[in-house]
Amino acid sequence: MTTTSPELSRDTAATAETSVPSRSASKLRIEEALLPSLVALLVAAIVGDVLILIFGQSPATVFKLLLEGTWGNSYGFGQVLYKATTLTFTGLSIAFALRAGLFNIGAESQLAAGGFVAATIGLLLPQGLPWIVTLPVYIAAAALGGGIVGGVAGELKARFGAHEVITTIMLNFIVLALLSYLTAAHLKVPETLHTEEVRSGAVPRLADFLPSFHGSAANVVLVLAVLACLGAWWYLFHTRRGFELRAVGLQPEAAEYGGVRPGAVWTRAMTISGAIAGIGGLNFVLGYKHYYEEGFAGGAGFLGIAVALVGGTHPLGVMLAALLFATISQGGLAVNAMVPKQFVEVLQAVVIIAVAVSVPEVRGLLRSQRRRD
Amino acid sequence: MAALLFLAQTLRIAIPYLFAAAGGVVTERVGLIGLTLEGYMLGGAFAAALGSYYGHSAWLGVLAGIGGGAALALLYGVSAIRFRADQVVIGIAINLLAIGLTRFFLRLAFGSSSNSPRVAGFGAEQAGSGFLALVSNPMIWLGLLAIPVVAWLLYRTPFGLRIRAVGEHPAAAISVGVPITRIRYGAVLLSGILAGLGGVYLVLDQHQFTDQMTAGRGFIALAATIFGRWDPMRVGIACLLFAAAETLQIQLQGAQLVPSQFVEMIPYVLTIVALAGVVGRAVPPAALGKVAGE
Repeated sequence: MTTTSPELSRDTAATAETSVPSRSASKLRIEEALLPSLVALLVAAIVGDVLILIFGQSPATVFKLLLEGTWGNSYGFGQVLYKATTLTFTGLSIAFALRAGLFNIGAESQLAAGGFVAATIGLLLPQGLPWIVTLPVYIAAAALGGGIVGGVAGELKARFGAHEVITTIMLNFIVLALLSYLTAAHLKVPETLHTEEVRSGAVPRLADFLPSFHGSAANVVLVLAVLACLGAWWYLFHTRRGFELRAVGLQPEAAEYGGVRPGAVWTRAMTISGAIAGIGGLNFVLGYKHYYEEGFAGGAGFLGIAVALVGGTHPLGVMLAALLFATISQGGLAVNAMVPKQFVEVLQAVVIIAVAVSVPEVRGLLRSQRRRD
Repeated sequence: MAALLFLAQTLRIAIPYLFAAAGGVVTERVGLIGLTLEGYMLGGAFAAALGSYYGHSAWLGVLAGIGGGAALALLYGVSAIRFRADQVVIGIAINLLAIGLTRFFLRLAFGSSSNSPRVAGFGAEQAGSGFLALVSNPMIWLGLLAIPVVAWLLYRTPFGLRIRAVGEHPAAAISVGVPITRIRYGAVLLSGILAGLGGVYLVLDQHQFTDQMTAGRGFIALAATIFGRWDPMRVGIACLLFAAAETLQIQLQGAQLVPSQFVEMIPYVLTIVALAGVVGRAVPPAALGKVAGE
C-alpha cells in the first residue's frame, strides 16, 4: 500500500516520533509538556485575580506579598522547601504509578501509614542514637507502611481486576480510620491526637547549617526527596524493570504479548508507589514534629496528583511542580491578612483542572499544526 | 419503641446517601465516573445556606442548592465531555475546588471560617426529633423518592434507555442517532442536582453550613453505587444498610462494644469486597471513564 491518505501519513508520523526520537519530535515533546502547565498557570492567575478583586483587594499587591513571603526571605523559603519535600514524595509516588498506567489516589493514606509505622518503630528504638545510624531503619519502616497500603491496591487489581482508583480511595478511608483507632486506643498522649515524642534519630534542620533559615521546618529529608526522584528516574528509564513498567503503562496487551505479566507489574508498581509516599511521612515525623499526629498528611496526597500532572509525570518535573505548589500553599499564609488563605486552595484546584483540560487540547492542537507544516 | 427510633434515625442518616447515590447511578450509567458527588453535595449545601439565609426561606435554599450542585456538575461536564480531560483527575480537583470555594465564600459572605449563621429549615423546631419531624420535612419525602424516580427514569423512559446506551456502547448509540453529547450533559446535570439536594438536606436539617460538613458522604454514596452494582434499587438498599450500621454505632456509643472507627470502615470495606467479586461479579457500565473512546 503506497497511497498517502492523510490517515496513513499521520500514523507513520506518530510511529516515527515514538521510535526514532528526531529533533523535532523531542521539541514537540517538550512543547507538549510545558504548554499545558503554562496555560494552567495563566488560568489560575486570572481566577486568582478575580477572587482577590471580589474580596476588595488589589491583585498586584497580594501577589507581590505572596512572593515576598515565600521566596523573598529565608524563613519563608525554608517553609516552601519543607512543604515541597512532602509534595515531592507524594507527587513522585503518583507520577511513578501513572507511568505504569495506574491512578494512585491513595498517597494520602500511604503517607500517613509511612509516618505512623516510622513513629511506632522510633518509639521502640533506644534513646539518643544518632540519625545517621537510625535513618535506614526509618526509611525501611516508612516504606513498609506505605508500601503495604499501595501493594494491597495493586494486588487487588492484579488478582481480581478491582479498579485501583476506587480501591485506593476506599483504602484511604479504611487506613486513616485504622490509624486513628490505633493512635487513640493505644499510642496517644492523653488530651492530644499524637503519639509520644520519638527520641531517637531526629534529622538536622537546614537552620543547623544555615542560621538564616532559623525557625523554618526544612530539614535533611529534603535530600532524600531529591535522591528519590533521581532513583525513580534511573529505575524508570534505565532498567529493564522500569522499561516493563512503562510498557505496561502504555499498552498492557502489547506488553503481555511481549512476555511481561501486567499483573505482577501492577502489584510491584503500586507497592513502590506506596513506599515512596510512605517515606514522605519522614519529613514530618523525623524532620519537624518528631511524633505521629492524626491528620498530618493534610491533603498532600491529593495535591500530589496536581504535582505529578504539572510535572509531566517526570521525576525532575515533579520537583519543580512541588516547589510551585509549596509556594502557593505557603503564600496563602503570607497573604492571609489581606485575603482569606482559602483562595490558594481554589488556585490549586484550578491549576489541576486547567492542566487536565489543556493537556489533551494542547496536544491535539500541536499535532494538527504539525500535520499542516 | 426502640425499634421505631432506630428506624427513624436510620432514615434520617440515609437521606443524603439516597440523594447522592441516585446521582451516582445516573452519572456512572452514562459513563462518567462519580468521584465528584462529594463536591456536588458540598456545593449544594453551601448554596442552600446562602439561599436560605438571604432569602429567608427554606424553599429558596432548596432552589439555590440545586443550582450549586448543577454548577459544579456543569464544570465537570464541560471538562470531561467537551475537553475530554481525565475524569479521575477532574473529579478529585472538583472536590478540592468545592472545599476551597465554600471556605472562601464562607469568609466572604458570613465572615467566619467554620460555619454560617443559623438558617431557616423546614419547621422541625416544634416537632422535635421524633417521627413528627420526619414526616413534616419535605426533604425526607424527596429523598425517599430519589431512588425510585431514577429507577423509573432509567428503565421506563426513552431518556433512561439512551443514558444506558451511551454508558454501555457510545458508538452504537451514535449509529442509531442518539445525540450522545446532549444525553451526557443531561445526565451529568441531573446527577449534580440530585447530589446537591443531598447537601441541601444536611444544611436544612442542621440549620447551618459548617466547613466540610459532607465529611465523605459523597464517597459513601459512590461506595453504595458500586456495592449496589449500578442498579437503583440495590443501590438504595446499600444506602439503607450503610445508614443502619451508622445508626447502630451511634446507639451503641455508650456501650463501647466496637470502636467507632471500625463501623466507619464498613461501607468502604464492603465496596472493596464487591469490587473483588467476592459476592458476585460487579460489572460497571462498559464505557465508564472513557469519553474519548468512541
